Amino acid sequence: MAGIDVTGLSTVYPNGVRAVDALDLRVTDGELFALLGPSGCGKTTLLRTIAGLEPPATGTVAIGSRDVTALPPGRRGVAMVFQDYALFPHMTVAENIAYPLRVRRAPKERQREAAADVARGLSLSALLDRRPGQLSGGQQQRAALGRAVAAGADVLLLDEPLSNLDARLRLEARTFLKRLQHDLALTTVFVTHDQAEALALADRIAVMEAGRIRQLGTPREVFQRPGDTFVANFIGSTPMNLVDGRVRDGRVECAGARLPCPPGLAEGTPVVVGVRPEYLSVADDGITGRVAAVENLGVSSLVTLDCPDGTLISLTVPEQDEPALGRSLTVTAAPGRLLFYDAQDGRLLDG
Amino acid sequence: MPSRAAERDPAGIGTARAIGFVAPALLLIGVFLVFPALWTLYIGITDYRLTGPAAADPRVVGADNFTTALRDPLFGNSLWLTALFVLGSAVVGQNALGFALAWLLRRVRTGLRRTVEGFVLLAWILPGPVVAYLWFAVLSRDGGTLGLLLDRPGTAWLVQYPMASLIVFNTWRGTAFSLLLYTSALAAVPPSHLETARLAGASGWQTVRDAVFPHIRGHVLTNTLLISLWTANDFTPFLLTAGGPNHESEVLPVLIYRQALESGRLGYASAMSSLLLVGNLVVALVYLRLLRGRA
Repeated sequence: MAGIDVTGLSTVYPNGVRAVDALDLRVTDGELFALLGPSGCGKTTLLRTIAGLEPPATGTVAIGSRDVTALPPGRRGVAMVFQDYALFPHMTVAENIAYPLRVRRAPKERQREAAADVARGLSLSALLDRRPGQLSGGQQQRAALGRAVAAGADVLLLDEPLSNLDARLRLEARTFLKRLQHDLALTTVFVTHDQAEALALADRIAVMEAGRIRQLGTPREVFQRPGDTFVANFIGSTPMNLVDGRVRDGRVECAGARLPCPPGLAEGTPVVVGVRPEYLSVADDGITGRVAAVENLGVSSLVTLDCPDGTLISLTVPEQDEPALGRSLTVTAAPGRLLFYDAQDGRLLDG
Repeated sequence: MPSRAAERDPAGIGTARAIGFVAPALLLIGVFLVFPALWTLYIGITDYRLTGPAAADPRVVGADNFTTALRDPLFGNSLWLTALFVLGSAVVGQNALGFALAWLLRRVRTGLRRTVEGFVLLAWILPGPVVAYLWFAVLSRDGGTLGLLLDRPGTAWLVQYPMASLIVFNTWRGTAFSLLLYTSALAAVPPSHLETARLAGASGWQTVRDAVFPHIRGHVLTNTLLISLWTANDFTPFLLTAGGPNHESEVLPVLIYRQALESGRLGYASAMSSLLLVGNLVVALVYLRLLRGRA
C-alpha cells in the first residue's frame, strides 16, 4: 500500500513532443484516481511514465516513500492492465493470472493456489482452464485484472479500462471495478477520455490538457465548479452554457438579461458566464428566449432557447414539462450555480 | 448468383485467350523445370555416362543406381555431412543469429539498424564466387586474415576444419534472410505483451519465451523450412573446399556434382539427386505437419 508522488515530471518523445510538461501530482494511499482528458493530452504518457515504460526527461516519481524514477518497471511495485488486456494467448486463464509468480520462479503449487485465490474474487473460478480466445471481453478484462492483482503490486495502473467493452457491459464492469478497488484498497490510477466514466468511478480526477493538469478535485468539485472554461466544456454529458457577458452598473449583462454580479469586478470587465443545463429552471425572472429545439434524453429533455441577441442557451426539463416549440421561456440558475470566468484566460473568477 | 460460366471464367476473357496468357509461363516452367526434373528421374534408372559407350547408348538398369547409392559409404558420409551442415548453419546458425540480430536491433537508432542490416544483406546478395573468394582470403594458409588475427599463421582452416569453416561461412552468408523475416515478425508482436512481461519483471529470455515466441512460432517454422532446404541444396561449399580434403566436406550437392562431372556417372548422380529430392520432401512434410499442429 502506497501513495504516488510525481514531482516536476516531464516526458519528451524523441520527436520533441512534450507529452507531459513539468507536472506535479500526489495520489494518496488507497485512492481510485482518474487521469481524464481528450486524446493527445498526455494522460497515457503520464501513466506509462509512472509505470516506468517511458523514461522521464526531468522530475521524479516516488511510490510509497521510495524514489523509483531510476528503477525498471519490474522493480517499481506497479501492475498495469493494458487497453487490449495483453493476455498471453497460449496460456490458460490460470497461467495468465499466475504469470508474475512464474516470472519470479514461485513453485507450481503456489502459482496454482494464487491463481485460484485471485480468480475467486473475480468470479473467474470456472474459467481457469480456458484460453483467452475462449473468453468474452468482460471475462478477458477480469483475467487481466487478476494478473495485475496477483502481482502483489503497491499500485495498480489501468489504461482505458472500459473502452474495449460494449456499452451495456461497460456499466457492469464499472460497478465491478469500483467494488473491487474498494475491497482491495489498492492505490489505483486509471486513464480515460470519457468524463462520465471518470465522474462515476474516481475518488479524485485530474483533468489534463497539453501535458498539464487543468484541474484536480473530487468528481463533485470538478462537475460543479470547473476551474476554467476548458474543463467546463469537457465535463458533463450535456455541454455547459458558456455565454459572453460584460459588467455594467453592478450587474452582468448577458444574453439580454441582467444577472447578479460577483463582487470585485470593475465596470466594463468582459466575462464568460457559465451554467450547466441541469442547473437552469423555468422562473419569472432571468434569461428569456424562444424554444428552438427539444431533444429527448430519456428521463429529461434538453431544451435549446434562442435568445434575442442570438445566443443559444440550453437547459434540461423533466420529461413531463417539455415546452412547445416556438414558445417564449424565461429561465434562471439555481442559487450558487452561476459561474463567471475571465474572458481572457478562461479562469474561474471566485465570488 | 454468378452463373457457372462466370465461375469458370471470372476474368471474362474466354478460355482460349486465358490459356494464351499463361502459355509463355507454362512453356518456361515446362522447359526449364518439369522437363529436367523428369529427365533426371529417367536417367536415374539408366547407366547413362558422360563418355564412353553408355553415353551413346544408355541402358535402363532399374533401381540399381539407388541400391548402389544407399550402400555407397561415400553417399552415407555425404548424407551425414549434409545433415550436419543444415543443422549447424541453418537450423541453429542462421536462425539464432538472425533472431538475435533482429531482437537486438529493434530498439537501436534507425541509422545504426539500417547500416547493420545493409552489411548483413550484402553478404547475402553478393554472388557466390565473390564471397567464396573473400573467404578464401580470410581462411587461407598463406597470410589469411583469420590466421593473422588469431596469431596462428600457417593454419589451413579449410583443410584442418573443413566442415566448421563451411558452417561458419554459410551462417555468415545466409543470416540476412532470417534477419529480415524475424524483423518483420517481431513488428507483429503486440507491444502491450512485451510491456506486460517487462512490468512482471521478466528477464530477456523469459520475455522471448512467453511474449514473443508464441506470436512468431509460425514464422520460425517457415523460416527454418526455407533455410533448411536452401542449405541442403547449396552448392557454394564446392567453391570453398570442393568436398575435400578426402571427402571430409563433401555435402550431397558436391558429391552429386563430382559423381556426374568428374567421374562421369550421370545416371548414378541423377539417382542421388532423386534421393536428395525425397529427403527435401520428407523434411518439408515434417515442418508442414508441425505448422498445422500449431493451429
